[in-house]
Amino acid sequence: MSKPDANNPFAITANEIRGRKVERFIRFITLGMTWALILPVLFILGFLLIKAWPALSVGFIFDNPEKNMTAGGIWGPLIGTFMLIIVSLLIAAPIGILAGVYLNEFARDNWFTRFINLAVVNLAGVPSIVHGLFGLGAFVYFFQMQRSLLAASCTVAVMTLPVIITSTKEALASVPQPFRVACWNMGASKWQTIRTIVLPNSISGILTGVILQVARAAGETAPILFTGAMISSRIADSGWASMVPYGLEDRFMALSYHLYIISTQWQNVPESFKFGTAIVMIGLVIAVNSISIGFRIYLRSRKKW
Amino acid sequence: MSTSTIAPNPSTSNPEPILQSGDPPSMPETNDKLSIRVRDLNLWYGDFQALKDVNIDIRKGIITGLIGPSGCGKTTLLRCFNRINERYEGVKTTGDIEILDKNIYDSDVTSRQLRRRIGMVFQRPNPLPISIYDNVLFGANLHKTHKQLTRRERNDVVQQALEQVALWDTVKDKLKTRATTLTLEQQQKLCIARLIPLKPDVILMDEPCSALDAEGIEQVEGLIESLRDDYTVVIVTHNMAQARRATDECIFMLMGKIIEHSSTADMFLNPREEQTEMYIQGRYG
Repeated sequence: MSKPDANNPFAITANEIRGRKVERFIRFITLGMTWALILPVLFILGFLLIKAWPALSVGFIFDNPEKNMTAGGIWGPLIGTFMLIIVSLLIAAPIGILAGVYLNEFARDNWFTRFINLAVVNLAGVPSIVHGLFGLGAFVYFFQMQRSLLAASCTVAVMTLPVIITSTKEALASVPQPFRVACWNMGASKWQTIRTIVLPNSISGILTGVILQVARAAGETAPILFTGAMISSRIADSGWASMVPYGLEDRFMALSYHLYIISTQWQNVPESFKFGTAIVMIGLVIAVNSISIGFRIYLRSRKKW
Repeated sequence: MSTSTIAPNPSTSNPEPILQSGDPPSMPETNDKLSIRVRDLNLWYGDFQALKDVNIDIRKGIITGLIGPSGCGKTTLLRCFNRINERYEGVKTTGDIEILDKNIYDSDVTSRQLRRRIGMVFQRPNPLPISIYDNVLFGANLHKTHKQLTRRERNDVVQQALEQVALWDTVKDKLKTRATTLTLEQQQKLCIARLIPLKPDVILMDEPCSALDAEGIEQVEGLIESLRDDYTVVIVTHNMAQARRATDECIFMLMGKIIEHSSTADMFLNPREEQTEMYIQGRYG
């Protein structure tokens, strides 16, 4: 097959034989790198799971920490992080989505718009600890929210806004332009076009982006470190008060901060508790993401073009 | 081909040349009222001048074709008639366009009402990603013209519009399905049907058949034919045979200027200008 054949005008050339080797090599390398990406994730999850196994139980999730966190569970921090996600979402979603709508649908291409877009891109790269300090100065002191769930949520919201705006713009831009043109040519105003056609066809992508970003940011320690997280607070063990244990003005426990404390500050915490907290944290993020993906699938099933 | 020969042109300097030239007897009965009257229209995209001193009179109730090679300004001119050009950035216009004896650039003309009365159909059918029923009523809902109607009356509006475009029998059992699931020619008919509840005076069409197959073209051309008399139709086309088949009058454009405007029969049998003759013979373009 690889021998040049004088009678065959389409026979393989020596050049092509080398080309095939390169082809196989590149395929092998790219596949290898894909595995290099997946394996550490599987390894980390497996490692965490094995280490956390002794602690994992229903009680670990639903019980409050006891005896300086050496016993009991992590319900307080878990519900604290969950509430942080919800409040941050309520703050960040309207601002980010509306700003994204303005930038994608209304803004003309001038120096001001370009400046805002540049600022959005650069803000996305600001380290989270800087956002934490900003939150301390702006929300805790200047707006006098004290260290509270509200101040921490505002900080997380500010931190996620740039990415939310970017993902909103992308979702809006994926709505085909001919739909807008069709609306305009029937005399629709921009807002009518957005409300009747653009938003219904992009809302799934927008909401998914918002939820993913907020869930990711709420898993960080730095933005809540100075703005509202606390080491330990006594909350109810059962009933409604255990479902919504923190008010907006209260300080709260959170998984990321809890993990930081029991790993570095507290003595005598069983090792499985630390890994168990990590697993629950990952589980929470995956759960929130799954909800948002399920939501997206539901909304997508109602649109087709 | 030298561009300098284009400039002095009797058909553009004389306001009403087309009404004097002997129209063929086959022409449909129309009044001599003008629907669109363009005076000294110039248009720039940034630094590029896309329309140069355009003067035309388009008569009411007939089908007028806009022909010419790519980039000659046909679509740009069409988009001036409902001022949709304003939605694109860097467009500057001078001159007047009178539609129904009203200058559409007057400050008391709103683009919303203008676009309601002047519908547009596009090259790619662009039904909205909602049901067939909602597509037909979309424009009406925008302008709240049918808000006080009962459900039954609204159903009648939808039925009438779809019957007018010969789509009713095909889709009457699936009005709630998405318009984007229809075939291309059905989509294009729907795009025409959704203009009808708005009671437009003028329907602009930008190469309405170029995405369709032969059968689709025949059907949509038949539909356009049936719109004559009720509406003034202005249709941009690349297809010489279509211009010849489907229009009453033709306007030939070249590099942003009107070269010739005459009845379709005259244009194809006895073109006045050399450039027109060369174009319709297929020497360039």
